[in-house]
Amino acid sequence: MSALLIDFDEVIANFDPVLGLEVHVELGTASKMFCGCATEFGAEPNTQVCPTCLGLPGSLPVVNGTAVESAIRIGLALNCSIASWCRFARKNYFYPDMPKNFQTSQYDEPICFEGYLDVDVETDEGTRTFRVEIERAHMEEDTGKSLHVGGSTGRIHGADFSLVDYNRAGIPLIEIVTKPLEGAGKYAPEVAKAYVGALRDLLRGLGVSDVKMEQGSLRCDVNLSLRTSPDAPLGTRTETKNVNSLRSVERAIRYEMQRQAALLADGTAIIQETRHWHEDTGVTTSGRVKSDAEDYRYFPEPDLVPVAPSAEWIEQLRSQLPEPPADRSKRLRQEWGISEKEMQSVINAGALDLVLATIAEGADPAASRKWWLGELARRANDEGVELESLAITAKQVADLEALVQSGRLNDKLARQVIDGVLAGEGEPAAVADSRGLQIVSDDSALLAAINEAIAADPDAAQKIRDGKVAAAGALVGAVMKATQGQADAGRVRELVLQELGQ
Amino acid sequence: MSDLIHASAVELAAQIANKTVSAVEVAQAHLDRIAEVDGRVNAFLYVDGDGALEQARAVDHAVASGQTLSPLAGVPLALKDVLTQTGVPTTAGSKILEGWRPPYDATVVERLRDAGVVILGKTNMDEFAMGSSTENSAYGPTHNPWDLERIPGGSSGGSAAAVSAYEAPLAIGTDTGGSIRQPAAVTGIVGAKPTYGAVSRYGLVAFSSSLDQAGPFARTVVDTALLHSVIAGHDPRDSTSIKEAVPDVVGAAKSADVSKMRIGVVRELSGEGYQPGVQARFDEAVELLRAQGAEIIEISCPSFTYALGAYYLIAPSECSSNLARFDAMRFGLRTDDNGELSAEDVMRHTRAAGFGPEVKRRIILGTYALSSGYYDAYYGQAQKVRTLITRDFEAAWASVDVLISPTTPTEPFRIGERVNDPVAMYKADLCTLPSSLYGGPAISVPIGLGDENLPVGLQVMAPVMADDQVYRVASAVEKALAQQWGGLLLDQAVAL
Repeated sequence: MSALLIDFDEVIANFDPVLGLEVHVELGTASKMFCGCATEFGAEPNTQVCPTCLGLPGSLPVVNGTAVESAIRIGLALNCSIASWCRFARKNYFYPDMPKNFQTSQYDEPICFEGYLDVDVETDEGTRTFRVEIERAHMEEDTGKSLHVGGSTGRIHGADFSLVDYNRAGIPLIEIVTKPLEGAGKYAPEVAKAYVGALRDLLRGLGVSDVKMEQGSLRCDVNLSLRTSPDAPLGTRTETKNVNSLRSVERAIRYEMQRQAALLADGTAIIQETRHWHEDTGVTTSGRVKSDAEDYRYFPEPDLVPVAPSAEWIEQLRSQLPEPPADRSKRLRQEWGISEKEMQSVINAGALDLVLATIAEGADPAASRKWWLGELARRANDEGVELESLAITAKQVADLEALVQSGRLNDKLARQVIDGVLAGEGEPAAVADSRGLQIVSDDSALLAAINEAIAADPDAAQKIRDGKVAAAGALVGAVMKATQGQADAGRVRELVLQELGQ
Repeated sequence: MSDLIHASAVELAAQIANKTVSAVEVAQAHLDRIAEVDGRVNAFLYVDGDGALEQARAVDHAVASGQTLSPLAGVPLALKDVLTQTGVPTTAGSKILEGWRPPYDATVVERLRDAGVVILGKTNMDEFAMGSSTENSAYGPTHNPWDLERIPGGSSGGSAAAVSAYEAPLAIGTDTGGSIRQPAAVTGIVGAKPTYGAVSRYGLVAFSSSLDQAGPFARTVVDTALLHSVIAGHDPRDSTSIKEAVPDVVGAAKSADVSKMRIGVVRELSGEGYQPGVQARFDEAVELLRAQGAEIIEISCPSFTYALGAYYLIAPSECSSNLARFDAMRFGLRTDDNGELSAEDVMRHTRAAGFGPEVKRRIILGTYALSSGYYDAYYGQAQKVRTLITRDFEAAWASVDVLISPTTPTEPFRIGERVNDPVAMYKADLCTLPSSLYGGPAISVPIGLGDENLPVGLQVMAPVMADDQVYRVASAVEKALAQQWGGLLLDQAVAL
């Protein structure tokens, strides 16, 4: 299945990428876009449905006011203009998981239009700000979910039968569409990742969505085309779907650039099509061929009245927007006394909110950053999940740090406590108790181990007696090993030096 | 007991309230009448005898316990089969919905229940309300009680025929381009299309969302107004529902006072294509109104000429989208699901088998009109015409209170006569289309018999939310003619 690829540097030497990103955000409203059904994720199939979201004959939609408010707030946060009057439109096409066989969406009258989001990307010349221009953000409803049973691909073709769950049908979506993003060159994959990440942070800050990419509440479609130079006409694009993590955004674009370049270098035309990203194998595969002739027969939704937000309401919402993530990160950088680069690594790791929450639970900023960016980031990476999906809360991290501060745990023991918390063994203190983790603070027990270490390594002992204090490391290490890490390394060092007359 | 079937809704409600007769007796009398004549009329697709008697018993119980009753409590009603009623089949006259029993009540049905109205059953109609003769029903045509060889109009032909044949004193129809007014006219009864948005569309199986409107049928104007007042009113489940209070249609119907009213005669709705008998009855009705003190003014509405063209782009466009949901997935018919065909093919086969020819014609027409490259020339242009028609109405309201015209250009044609000529069929709605596109209220009231001794109706049109005005004028005409005839026009029909 894997296509011929060209080395990334060679792609950049010969081609200029043009990106377009379509992000779908599921709003976290209590009810659906056009009916009162609940929106809880993971409920039993077809238990959150009614005549309207099932598209039963005679049913009618009613717009969810909270969803409109969320749409406007998103638009304002993205520096968009807000339409003073706009309508919904029907997008007509047949698909089994779409109850009415049309999607109630917006067409040429989006509620939000003409905005931008600035993102910072590390380049060879230092941090550079890229402006991602937003063409529009509009309201629509989600479709149901098909499950294709039998067959090997999990796709509709070759399946024995298909099941449809309409719980998701009618959940409010905001589709945010960028203008073609040009001029990013070799940083295109990073810019795209930074954009989606910044958008995610912004949406989370607004509190309008839980923005969980792996659960599909934030979904990204990547349009990409290559051209031979920035002056050349736009090339044929592909639209890659199923890009379900920030890392995938970057990888999928990199892959698609390499794949398209290989074809173009070979003189083969790019097919305008939908492609699917495969997280596991790191490739995209061909989906549906999309032609410009695809005709959705949009027309204004006659079952709904126009949405006409008043200027007063818009201004009120604008005045209540939270601090923009970029401003916030600048402020925090100053409060914490860290560099821009250090701050960026917190943001890029998706750790900012977690760090803030941990601070709010009583940990100090440096320790909070240390845990989330160090040990916990490593665990998330090993498990292949987002940091926020780790089975540990900010409160638990703060509690853990408190145990370290109190002298009960050292970092090594704390890592074992993390093992326990992630394994579901309970709160940090309980894990420490049940696993018997506790720094050995009894000096007499330590002295016995120290004297054994001195006896075992007389050379090191002599060096210390001669004033080479740095040699203490070897003896401290031996003692830590002998006590299986349950000693306070600082205290051991003090005692070693004391025993050897320093 | 046969007097029960000839009584008006007002009389029946009074007799039930003062215990002269029970609601169960009234319901039973109408069920008996249905059993007697409906084999010939075919007004009903489903008769819910048990349900009707149960509702009637509940009314009798309320009477016995001294509760205050609504003005129509215990009065039987025939419901067009395009409105959902929990547990009772709803077909919209189509094979594609055969066997579907909706899990919810339309708002209209809910209001009828709350008012103690007894629903006898579901009436025949042109499939998905597309037609002017009820010949497009998948379940056979309905026959006009005046002449069983003739069409009862459509699409609400079943509801109109049920009232005309004394199978029910009241009926609910829906009107998209004339589907209440035209059947009322050709069966010699009263039918009103309320202001668009006055009656909730929740539970009305959509044909054309921006035009569909449910409304009342009865044999008298006051009965029609009473039913109107029961079903109208704001409904939060329908976004296009109007929030303003319902005008006092009952008061207007009872007053029947047209003195000093300015009544406009639409010049464009007469002349070529209008049967002489229809024109003659219309002219007489105008004189009756003048004699009662109304000022008659001729009005020109030039854009009305384009109503037919605009309507046959807008309505099919909306229907092509509204009818997409009939796909065999969640309800209704499913054809050839043999484990071999894909979901798309099962959809295709089901739609091919389930929809009739007129529905297919309109879906294709609408799909074409909405296609990219054609949208502006067809759907877009039709919307502009709609705006022009609205402006004609608004200009007219500067000089008149209501507009009048014949309801239909001709008397009812013979069953089968126009089935192969869609355009001739569409012309039956020539007079009713303008106010549908505008969204204002309109009523049809009987004004006599035409050249073929068949009923002719007068249409009265009024400004948006001035529904009371159409009842006022219709009532004045009804009253004057009742004096001439010694009763209703329907009394002149040959008994079935």
